[in-house]
Amino acid sequence: MSENSEKFTVTIDGKTIQVDRGTTILNAARQIGGEVVPPAMCYYSSLKGSGGKCRTCLVEVSKGSEKDPRPMPKLVASCSTTVMDGMEVKNKTSERVVDARGGVVEFLLLNHPLDCPVCDQAGECKLQDLAFEHGHSKTRYEFQRREFDKIDIGPYIQLHMTRCIMCYRCVHTANQLTDKREHGVLHRGDAAEIGTFIEKSLENDFIGNVIDVCPVGALTDKTFRFRSRVWYTKPMDASCECSKCSGKAVLWMIGNDIARVTGRKDENGEVTDFICNECRFDKKELSQWKVEGPRKIERSSVISAGHYEQEAPAHTPLLNKA
Amino acid sequence: MSKKLLLEHIDVEGIRSYEVYRKQGGYQAVEKALKTLSPDDLVEEVKKSGLRGRGGAGFPTGMKWSFLAKPDGVPRHLLCNADESEPGTFKDRYLMEKIPHLLIEGMILSSYALGANQSYIYIRGEYMFVMRIVEQAIAEAYANGWLGKNIMGSGFDLDLAITPGAGAYICGEETALIESLEGKRGNPRMKPPFPAVKGLWQRPTVVNNVETIAAVVPIVNHGGDAYAAIGIGRSTGTKLISASGNINKPGVYEIELGLPVEEFIYSEEYCGGIKNGKRLKALIPGGSSVPVLPHYLVCKTAAGEDRLMSYESLADGGFATGSMLGSGGFIVYDEDQCMVRNTWNFSRFYHHESCGQCSPCREGTGWMEKVLHRLEEGHGTMEDIDLLWDIQRKIEGNTICPLGDAAAWPVAAAIRHFREEFEWHVRQPKLCLERNYGLVTEKKFEAQPA
Amino acid sequence: MNESRQFTPELLEEVNRIVSLFPEGKQKSALIRVLHLAQAHFGHLDTEAMDYVARLLHLNPIEVYEVATFYSMYDTKPVGKVKLEVCRTGPCMIEGAEKLVSYIEQKLGIKDGETTADGLFTLKSVECLGACGYAPMLQAGESFHEHLTEEKVDALIEEYRANPVANYMGLK
Repeated sequence: MSENSEKFTVTIDGKTIQVDRGTTILNAARQIGGEVVPPAMCYYSSLKGSGGKCRTCLVEVSKGSEKDPRPMPKLVASCSTTVMDGMEVKNKTSERVVDARGGVVEFLLLNHPLDCPVCDQAGECKLQDLAFEHGHSKTRYEFQRREFDKIDIGPYIQLHMTRCIMCYRCVHTANQLTDKREHGVLHRGDAAEIGTFIEKSLENDFIGNVIDVCPVGALTDKTFRFRSRVWYTKPMDASCECSKCSGKAVLWMIGNDIARVTGRKDENGEVTDFICNECRFDKKELSQWKVEGPRKIERSSVISAGHYEQEAPAHTPLLNKA
Repeated sequence: MSKKLLLEHIDVEGIRSYEVYRKQGGYQAVEKALKTLSPDDLVEEVKKSGLRGRGGAGFPTGMKWSFLAKPDGVPRHLLCNADESEPGTFKDRYLMEKIPHLLIEGMILSSYALGANQSYIYIRGEYMFVMRIVEQAIAEAYANGWLGKNIMGSGFDLDLAITPGAGAYICGEETALIESLEGKRGNPRMKPPFPAVKGLWQRPTVVNNVETIAAVVPIVNHGGDAYAAIGIGRSTGTKLISASGNINKPGVYEIELGLPVEEFIYSEEYCGGIKNGKRLKALIPGGSSVPVLPHYLVCKTAAGEDRLMSYESLADGGFATGSMLGSGGFIVYDEDQCMVRNTWNFSRFYHHESCGQCSPCREGTGWMEKVLHRLEEGHGTMEDIDLLWDIQRKIEGNTICPLGDAAAWPVAAAIRHFREEFEWHVRQPKLCLERNYGLVTEKKFEAQPA
Repeated sequence: MNESRQFTPELLEEVNRIVSLFPEGKQKSALIRVLHLAQAHFGHLDTEAMDYVARLLHLNPIEVYEVATFYSMYDTKPVGKVKLEVCRTGPCMIEGAEKLVSYIEQKLGIKDGETTADGLFTLKSVECLGACGYAPMLQAGESFHEHLTEEKVDALIEEYRANPVANYMGLK
C-alpha cells in the first residue's frame, strides 16, 4: 500500500482491514468485529478525552508499520493508539496481552465488591462480563476492600462509589452534555472518588446519561433500582416527541409497565443518542411513547432470556398503525 | 576547564545575589549567545555537548529540543521541572537555593534556543522557601535587563515566572507537570500527542530538569565540544549527585561522569565512607525508583569491571545485575538496614503518590504496600514473595506513565537480590521484629575494600 | 452565596499579580498558588474558602474541589496553627524518622495525624521532602528543620509556641 493513499492497512490477530488514517487500533478492531475486539471499560467513542485509563484494551503491536516494522516494546492502549499503514496487532493471540489483561481485571476487581447477586447492574455489567472472560475464580487479595456509603446525587440517581472503577466516563459526560459540571474526581490514588464534594443534587437536563455510560453499578437509576432483575424485563425500542432530545429510547417493560427508560446502545454498548432526564425519569406511561418493536439484544446476553412472543403491549395505540 | 561546572562558585559569599553572581562571570553566557549565536547555533552546541536529561531519563537534550514543533503564529514554551520529589534526590533544591541565577541564566539561554518567549519554572510546593529565593532572583534579573522586552538590545523577549505545586510527586512527570501548571489535578496525559507538539495550553512545549537547564550555561561559555570532552563515552559533562544514607558526609556533590563508584563512596572528597565503620550492604544509585544493588555489585559490575558513575556503567548488566544513574539520588545502606522494611517504605511512598488514573498503578501500588507490610511485620508467607513478584510484573509497562515502573522496579530488585532476607522474615517472624537480617552472603563480600 | 470569606486588599493585589504571570484567559493556572494563599489566610480550605477562590478565578467550584483534594499540602479539614510535617521516606527512615515521630507524639500528647487540644500543633508524617542528606527533618510552614535531635525538637516547639503565626505557608 503506498504511503500517500487514503487508507491504512492493519492486521489484527491475522484479520486484515483497511481503515481511515487516524483510526485507533480499537476502532479498527471494532470494524472487523468479533473476537479481535479488545474489551474497553473506560473508552467511549462519543466522549471526548475518554480512554487510556482502565488498561483492559492493551494490545501488542508486533509490527509498527510497513515503513518501520519494529515491534513496539510495551503493550499499548488500543483505544488511544492510532494505526499505521502495515501495522500488525495481536490481541487474543498474544500471550503477553492475555497475561496483562488478566492482571488488569484482577486490579479492577481488587477493591470491587464481589456481590453481583445483589447488585442492580447484574446482567448488564461490563466488569462482570470482563471477569467472566478473563478473570480467575479466586481472589488473591486478602485485605479490606474500600467501601463508601451510597449517596443520592439528585432525586433520580444513586452513586455507590464502592462499585466504581474510575473510568471517568461520567465526568466526561457532564463536561460534554451539560454547561456546568458539578461532579468530578476527588482525592487521588486508590482514595480517589467520584463526587460533588458538597452534598449536591445534579439537576442538569442531561445528567441522567451518566447512568447509561457507567460500565458498572456505581451510578444507577433510582426509579428502577431493584424493581426487577434486568433479565426479567423486556426491552422495546420506542420514541417520543421531545423538545430537548431525540426522544429515541429503550423502554424496559415488566408486563405493561415501563420499569426503566434508557438510551439506545450500539453493538459496542455505547449510547447512540443521549436522552434527556424527562424522557428517562418522567415518561413512565406507555401512552407517552411510540413503541417501535423489540430491542435487538445479543443472544449471548442474559437479557435475551426475556421472551418476545408478545411483540408489544396490546393497548399501545400507535403500534397497531405500524 | 574545571571539573566543577555548576557548583564552581557555590562557596563564594553572597553568590545568591545578582551582583556577586555577575561579578563571578554570571550572565556572560547570555551576552555571548545573544550577540554571537543564532538559536539554531545554540541547539547545535547543546547537541555537540552530548548533554542528557538530568531529571532521570537521560534523554539527549539537544535531540529533545530539535523535536519541538514550530508552527507559525503559535507561542511555544519552555518549562523547568523543579518538582524534585524522587526520594534520595535533593540536588535541584541545593542549586536553586545556593545559586538561583545560574538557573535563570540557563532558562534565558534555553528559551532563546527554543524561541520561547514565556517560560515557567514549576517548583514543588514544599520548596516554597526556595521559590522565594528564585522569585527574588527573577526580579533582580528583570531589573538588570536580563528578562523582559528586547534583552540586551537583541530583539529577544522573555518573560519568566516561577509557580508552585502543592504536594504531588507525580507532577515531576512532564505531562502531569503541564496539567498542574494549567491549574488542574496532576494526572499524566495520554501520549501521543507529546508535549513537543501539544504541551502547555496545547502549545509546543519543552520540559527540562533544573540541572539540565543550568548545564546549558557552561556549555555556552566553554563550547559544546569542551563540555563533551568531560566525562566518559556518552556520559558527558558533570552530574550533581545527592548523597544520603549511612555515609559520613551526605550532601550534594558535583562529579565528573565516569568517576568510580568506589571512589565516590569511600574517598574523603565525597561521601567519606560508611558511617560508624560499618560495612556496605546495598546502594540505590539513582533515586528510589531505580533497582537497588547488593554490595557485591556496587563497586564492580557482574563482569568484574570497575563500576563507574555514568549512565552506561551503572546500567551495565541490565536489571539483572545493574541499575540506573537516574536522577543521581545516591542512597547508601549499611549492614544494619532491613531491605524488606526499606522496600515497604518506598512502596508506601509510591502508593501515596499514585494519581489513581489507571488501574494497575491505582490498585497495584497499594496492594504491594500491604503485602510488604505484612512480610515486614512477620505475618507473611513464602507465597507472598511470589505474589509480590507477580503484582510488580503486572504493573510494570502497563500504566499510563512511568510511575507504575517506578513503583515496580524497587520491589523487583529487592526480591531479585535479597530474596533470602524476605524468606528469613517468613521463617523468623519474631526475630525479624527484633533485629535485622544483616548482609546477604558473607562470601560475596570479598569485592569490598577493607 | 456565602460571603464570609474575603481576602484583604493586599492579598487581592497578590492574586492579580499571580494571574498576570499567565496569558489572558489562562487564569486557572493561578489556582494552585491562590489556594496556598487561601489556606494560609483562612487556616484551611473549607467549602466557603474554595468557593471564594472559584469566584476569584472564574472557575466552577468542582474544578477547585478536584484540585484541592488532589494535592497533599492542602487541608480541607481544620488543622493546628503549626503543622509539624515529619518526612518518613527512605533516607529519613534510616536516620530515625519513626523515633522522631514517636518523640513528638509523646511530647505533644497526640498521635500522628492529630491536632493538640489547644489547636496549636498538628503532627503529620509526610512523604519525601527533598532533604535526604540532612535527615531526619521536618517541615513547619515554609521552613525546613534539618539534622533534628530531641533537643532541637524541644527548642523548635517552644519557639513555635511563642510565635505560631510566623509559620504560615503561602503568605509573604
